Amino acid sequence: MTRTAHRVWKYGDNVNTDVIFPGKYTYTVSHDRAALARHALEDLDPVFAEGVSRGDVIVAGRNWGNGSSREQAVTCLIAAGVHAVIAVSFARIYYRNAINSGLLVIECADAVEAVESGDDIEIDLAATRILVAGQSYAFPSLPPQVLEILDAGGIIPWLGGRTLA
Amino acid sequence: MSMTLTEKLLARASRRERVTPGEIIIVEPDVVLSHDNSAAIATIFGQLPQGRVKHPDRLAITLDHAVPPPTVKHARNHAEIRRFVREQGIENFFEVGRGICHQVLCEEGAVGPGLTLLGADSHSPHCGWLGSFGAGIGRSETAALWATGELWLRVPETMRIELNGSLAIGVTAKDLTLHLIGLLSADGATYMAVEFAGDGLAGISPDSRAVLTNMMAEMGAKNACMAPDEVTWAWLEANLARTRPRDFRERLNYFRQAALYPDPDAKYALNHVVDLSQIEPMVSCPHAVDKVKPLSALRSKTVDVGFIGTCTNGRLEDIASAAEVVRGKKLAARLLVIPASSLVLRDAVAAGYIADLIDAGATIGTPGCGPCMGNHMGVLAPGEVCISSANRNFQGRMGERDAEIYLANPAVVAASCVAGKIIHPAEVVRAGDAK
Repeated sequence: MTRTAHRVWKYGDNVNTDVIFPGKYTYTVSHDRAALARHALEDLDPVFAEGVSRGDVIVAGRNWGNGSSREQAVTCLIAAGVHAVIAVSFARIYYRNAINSGLLVIECADAVEAVESGDDIEIDLAATRILVAGQSYAFPSLPPQVLEILDAGGIIPWLGGRTLA
Repeated sequence: MSMTLTEKLLARASRRERVTPGEIIIVEPDVVLSHDNSAAIATIFGQLPQGRVKHPDRLAITLDHAVPPPTVKHARNHAEIRRFVREQGIENFFEVGRGICHQVLCEEGAVGPGLTLLGADSHSPHCGWLGSFGAGIGRSETAALWATGELWLRVPETMRIELNGSLAIGVTAKDLTLHLIGLLSADGATYMAVEFAGDGLAGISPDSRAVLTNMMAEMGAKNACMAPDEVTWAWLEANLARTRPRDFRERLNYFRQAALYPDPDAKYALNHVVDLSQIEPMVSCPHAVDKVKPLSALRSKTVDVGFIGTCTNGRLEDIASAAEVVRGKKLAARLLVIPASSLVLRDAVAAGYIADLIDAGATIGTPGCGPCMGNHMGVLAPGEVCISSANRNFQGRMGERDAEIYLANPAVVAASCVAGKIIHPAEVVRAGDAK
């Protein structure tokens, strides 16, 4: 199996959903992918939306995605092409939203410590390991019921529904 | 085997004898809450093969986040929700002006002791003050719930917070929650249930109990709850008699049958004991809720505007405490007051609180969420400093990145608007007496 290298965008602890996707857009931007991608991390990192490339990963500290339940804080990253978020820990609704929307979320404090913005990393899902500069970091696998939803691409396709374009 | 209140609630919701922390269970919630996000959820729901809501009587939809609609886009969003409500035959639908979902569902007895609520809103732990399980979920899983009536949850470990003694005069449940969040941090209860207990609870009013469970969302909690007691039943009886005069006795009996209580020997992952008499007024500083300082350490910070309202602190007790502070005075900073529900507004008018606030120069808004998340009237300009009774002060939260939000109890917000700077209410009241 060939693995892909993913470029890292690294952020700190307690990044909240208001800076990931500002609340003022919550009832006017819902499913428009271009608009979602345009506002991704707007109040956290003004250069992210322009600089991000498909396959990049976000690496963060504790409690990524705390605050609002707004799902756009997940779907704006999917729209922007983000492959995964790797964090020390996630706020619980963010974690659910990610799984239910098909965004890979991994808790791995050691890998977070080992990387900086601009680094390349690889994710070996089958072996539940993250590879950084020749080092390998293990992360806990998801419960099988939950993994099934993520594998299906989210809860809607898992239930036999179509994903919104 | 003994269980915490949350474990009992989840066992009931999953139709099991018992549940254990860490297990993944399938629950069938009694109530599924959504609000202005219902149109977006309905769009996702439309992608599912089911086409019909499985249990329309379990849905509760409230228009509250941008009310009345400030733009045509928002108005269209509301119109789409009304259409969906009609098509699917959803009876628990609460129109623009009725109030904030969490407050309204408690007042209406849509949720109550023993019941489980999953809500497409992060402050869904709110209803736990009635002895319910309430947790926030996302839009896609809400759509899935509408279709199937069930959803996966991980059974959380429970943190018990024992409250002893009583709060000093001028110290509120908001100060207690800010103290706890400052102490335990914004992720202090992530993935966990919080259960309030202890002798100190008896002295905490219904309006204040809701602050406790509501604000635990800011500590990362999955849900927060407390066992129903005499205070709970008295509040339910009084409110349900107002909102559902025809069937309130049946509803109360239903809640009495459903009510659950933790086992005395239940196992808690963490125990915190709080001496309420030691809590002092607290302020949360920009741009994180857990950046908490005692009010006494924040002297002379100039404020441009105050906001009293939201699901956290927009109830009668909050408006009363603000009216008390501003009565007979003129405001130096703007003050926006938005009652949490139409019942709160009505009672605040009847008690003369709204007249006191208007005479002092305050602005009164339609019951709803107001500018809390930057969606609606009352948003901030660049460089402005706001002191708010709300629950979040994240950068950009009230619509503008380059603004500062301080969080405090409603009396501190009111006093700060009288003085034009962050100040203890006692100082404002004293200054007024001296004149």
